[in-house]
Amino acid sequence: MTDTTLATPLPTRPPVAVEAPPGYWTTVLRRLRRDPVTLFCLTVLTLIVLAAIFAPLVAPHDPYKTSMLRRLAPMGTPGHLLGTDELGRDLLTRLIYGGRISLFMSFTPVALAFLIGGGLGMTAGFVGGWVNMAIMRTTDVFYAFPSILLAIAISGAMGAGLVNGLISLTLIFIPPLTRIAESVTTQVRALPFVEAARASGASTFSIIRVHVMSNVIGPVLVYASSLLSVAIVVASGLSFLGLGVSPPEADWGLMLNTLRQSIYVAPWNAALPGAVIFVTCMCFNLLSDGLRQALDIQR
Amino acid sequence: MLGYILRRTLYTVPIVLGVTMLCFALVYLGPSDPLSAILPEDAPKELIDRIKKEYGLDKPLPVQYAVWLGKAVTGDLGTSIATRRLVAEEIPPALFNSLLLAVLASALAFAVGTLLGAIAGYFHGRPIDRVVTAIAVTGVSVPHYWLAIVLVIIFSVEWDILPSMGMGPDGSTDFRLTGENLRHLILPTVALSVIPMAIVARTVREAVRETMSQEFVQALWAKGLTGRRVLGHVAKNAAPTILAVMGLQLGYLLGGSILIETVFAWPGTGLLLNNSIFSRDIPMLQGVILVLALFFVALNLLVDIMQAALDPRIKR
Repeated sequence: MTDTTLATPLPTRPPVAVEAPPGYWTTVLRRLRRDPVTLFCLTVLTLIVLAAIFAPLVAPHDPYKTSMLRRLAPMGTPGHLLGTDELGRDLLTRLIYGGRISLFMSFTPVALAFLIGGGLGMTAGFVGGWVNMAIMRTTDVFYAFPSILLAIAISGAMGAGLVNGLISLTLIFIPPLTRIAESVTTQVRALPFVEAARASGASTFSIIRVHVMSNVIGPVLVYASSLLSVAIVVASGLSFLGLGVSPPEADWGLMLNTLRQSIYVAPWNAALPGAVIFVTCMCFNLLSDGLRQALDIQR
Repeated sequence: MLGYILRRTLYTVPIVLGVTMLCFALVYLGPSDPLSAILPEDAPKELIDRIKKEYGLDKPLPVQYAVWLGKAVTGDLGTSIATRRLVAEEIPPALFNSLLLAVLASALAFAVGTLLGAIAGYFHGRPIDRVVTAIAVTGVSVPHYWLAIVLVIIFSVEWDILPSMGMGPDGSTDFRLTGENLRHLILPTVALSVIPMAIVARTVREAVRETMSQEFVQALWAKGLTGRRVLGHVAKNAAPTILAVMGLQLGYLLGGSILIETVFAWPGTGLLLNNSIFSRDIPMLQGVILVLALFFVALNLLVDIMQAALDPRIKR
């Protein structure tokens, strides 16, 4: 008797003409298109990045050509739109070239920390036990330092230089990313679908690759993007202290430091590199806020 | 409560140990031998060996760490290579100067940030909320060392009404309550307070907004309380969060003030750190970092305990 009820096919419903709701990414793009602030910041940042990449094509002058006659020319001087620095070099050109190092010094540590911190966090969250203990307690120790102090301490102990700066910046960004990756992994690991995957014979590796990673990458990436604004300020801060690149090369932080000596002669020239750091940082912040809102699933 | 305090304090012990290990490791991060700063390059081998023995550098690392830690516990942080003075004697006055700046900046940040945040949270979604949010985003984005330079340009270079360097007249480094000393405090305090101000404003706005949307607030309105009295109840509920953020900010200020102290030549721990980096004075570097990190750990502990005391819901 039960056989017959089971065999009875379910009544098929006639297809209803319902327009499919827009997909997740369509929604995200639509939200972004309606957000003028985020779009504006994206444009400004794209321009800054493009200018830095194509610096030799864009820059009006030679960044290293000095001129004793044209030292500290004010903004708006013919031929030097933003004036010149203390050695007569064109400031606009120096800022465009400086962007190469400053942006490199912000993107690279965040990207490296994203890979290392994400990996460590997922390992800690997935393996658990003493591995988790070892990784997370080490993270706690790094949390005991204000991050900028730690960056300065490591950079200061290792000595000035681009690579040392990169290492110290990467080191300060790893702990927060590890923490987030760990907490999300721990949550995901306990969810039923991971159990189901394991029951259906999936290997640990493919569980991590397919089920854990796809859930962990989102939050970690969003957090990493918010670190870019911190990175640009701290990286420039290290250079400002003289712990970054060495002259005649310069990034925005070092330019701010050297031009500071001329503060009584050409005060507004001296403020210029910092203004560029400020604008870049602000755009990173607003862009990150906008992205977070656009990507929000609950909205 | 007592149990919580005990557990939380015990939890900091391994962290403190980790911090000391990291500080100890700083010596070995350098490109060269830690002795290279005091020895000439062509020093004879016997001299190097003798000095190594004198500093205990010939022993294995764990032993060196244990010896260093043992001394540090008793307050002996070694001798500065640059000034030949005891590190433990140089740090306290500098720490006082830095704390003076950090506490004043925190107070300013707290007052202005709470006011702005409370207004924005209370008038959530209105134009004034947008203005405060814009101020807060600007505040967290400003590189504070650049803001310091801009303040110097405006108030010292262009208008010439405030001093741009040092702590008092003629480069004195001890604080006295005179008008001149107070004038020297203004620019560094303002420059340092902007970031925490923005962070506090953001936090308070969120806390107030969240509390305002809770049912008990609707009950208060329904009871017929005035807006001011409602805000009083809201403040009491939002206080623990705000306190936690503020406590951490005080620690960040102390750690992050190195750049501000460099701009204003303020004789605090930041300037000490800066000098020690460029004279490769590793004992001093180690000492300053250790003291600042321990201060930060203690502050974290204090904030957690106070938060638990203020908010009976926290029982971990």
